[in-house]
Amino acid sequence: MRHFKDNLLYGLLWLSAFLSVAVLVMIVGFIFYKGFGLISFDFIFGDYSPTGGGGIWPMIITTIYTIGISLIIATPIGILAAVYLQEYAKQGRLVKVIRFATESLTGIPSIIYGLFGAVFFVTTLRLGMSIIAASLTLTIIVLPVIIRTTEEALKTVPAAYREGSLALGNTKLQTLYKVILPSAMPGILSGIILSIGRIVGESAAIFLTAGTVAAMPESIFSSARTLTVHSYLVTQEAGDIELAAAIGIVLIVLILAINLSATFISKKLNKATNK
Amino acid sequence: MSIPTTNDQSVKMDKANKRKYLLEKVSSKVFLICALLSVLTLLLIIGFVFYKGAHPFVAGGYSFTDFLLGTDWVPSEDKFGILPMIVASIYATIGALIIGVPIGLFTAIFLAEIASKRAAKIISPAIQLLAGIPSVLYGVFGLAIIVPFLQNTLGLVKGQSLIAVILVLAIMMLPTIVTVAETAIRAVPKTYREGSLALGVSQIGTIFRVVVPAAKSGILTAIVLGLGRAIGETMAVILVAGNSLILPTSLTDSIRPLTTNIALEMGYAAGTHQEMLFATGIVLFSFILILNFVLAKISAKGGN
Repeated sequence: MRHFKDNLLYGLLWLSAFLSVAVLVMIVGFIFYKGFGLISFDFIFGDYSPTGGGGIWPMIITTIYTIGISLIIATPIGILAAVYLQEYAKQGRLVKVIRFATESLTGIPSIIYGLFGAVFFVTTLRLGMSIIAASLTLTIIVLPVIIRTTEEALKTVPAAYREGSLALGNTKLQTLYKVILPSAMPGILSGIILSIGRIVGESAAIFLTAGTVAAMPESIFSSARTLTVHSYLVTQEAGDIELAAAIGIVLIVLILAINLSATFISKKLNKATNK
Repeated sequence: MSIPTTNDQSVKMDKANKRKYLLEKVSSKVFLICALLSVLTLLLIIGFVFYKGAHPFVAGGYSFTDFLLGTDWVPSEDKFGILPMIVASIYATIGALIIGVPIGLFTAIFLAEIASKRAAKIISPAIQLLAGIPSVLYGVFGLAIIVPFLQNTLGLVKGQSLIAVILVLAIMMLPTIVTVAETAIRAVPKTYREGSLALGVSQIGTIFRVVVPAAKSGILTAIVLGLGRAIGETMAVILVAGNSLILPTSLTDSIRPLTTNIALEMGYAAGTHQEMLFATGIVLFSFILILNFVLAKISAKGGN
């Protein structure tokens, strides 16, 4: 009897693992199988054409804009916030409040960020549906990611480095930018790369703040579509699964590249700290 | 070139030191402000969403209970009831949990305890990678594969349904649950396993009576994170939900969860209609806050 139960559980474990892997392989396989026929130089670098057959270059540019703008704002703020939490703050109520806020921000679904972006950046600040409004919304979304990964990176810097630098007569600030930040840099970088992944994958918040104009954006104040929003819209409006899957291939390759470089950098970090 | 007197030098030093101290002071304040920005944005988000969403009930004379318990959503007739959407969100999330949690958890156990090191080394990162795939693509997959499949096998008029949403969400939460649960299971000290095996308990018995209970708080975190992903998902759900405004009574009913209601109508809504979408956001937000609270409780317990 016990044997039977054991075997049953073994069977279920194998079955579950098989199911998980199979379903996930199926999704990636499906995207590549459906979309591969459309991938070409013209598809990636061609201008969009509403009658079909056009490329996705405007969406790629829009995606790059959103990544660039949100990182330019979120990276310095996030790093300095983490520096405050790890290096400057006395652990007390204030730090607890800041940590709680940062954690809560992580858990908010992107549609709520979209609502906030729509009322705050689009309407109240009068930015309109635009790349800049979407990028500012994305800034808030990735800020907690950058804060947390930077904090983790700062924790790995040995206390001896700080003490050594301070003992040599460096001020706290000098210690920070000459000693601590350089040795935490790989960890910080991999956090930034992870937030690029988050920005690339985001859709709902961008949908509500950047609008859906399918054209090359004239400036960061124009409404535009990112790759994910485009993929969604061609599926929802035109039922064009092949086009959506082809965009999917571009997205997956992008995410893969982002993840590989993050792993590469964090491996380097581990090597550096183990020395 | 004149040689500076000692007095000159000390004045210069004083000045340099003063600047240094000032810089130290200013920079620590700047760091503090950056850290406070996340508190500020959280307050802004809560403030704006709640202000907008509460407005019709505070100033417009709408009843909040009618909003929560009303079953009709007809903005053109000034009817705003979101009960069908609340029910749809809850059904979809619970359904996804029922399918996704056991499969995800068993996969995590398999990877941590049974699979060979080599197999786990290939599968685990692949599953982690899938957590990063844009959710829209899960929706595209759902619409192209799951929806027609349901339509054909169940003989539905429209394949977009509660069960389609449940399946897509279950698949989407898998990578999150597997990754977090696997980490938790791997963190259980080896001595627990050795002790149990030495007492003559079988491998399976050890896994389910010793290892899994020891990793309980991490596993719960995995479930709550998966749950959060499911309840907040929007664009993938729109593609497979069908978006009908009915109170769902069967798995094959077309549904409209809270998130999709917001995304579908924000584009053209104005006035009270738009404010009601923010109110829908408040309800969703409250669900998430409760979840966060539960998560905080769990991780506090794990810390002890």
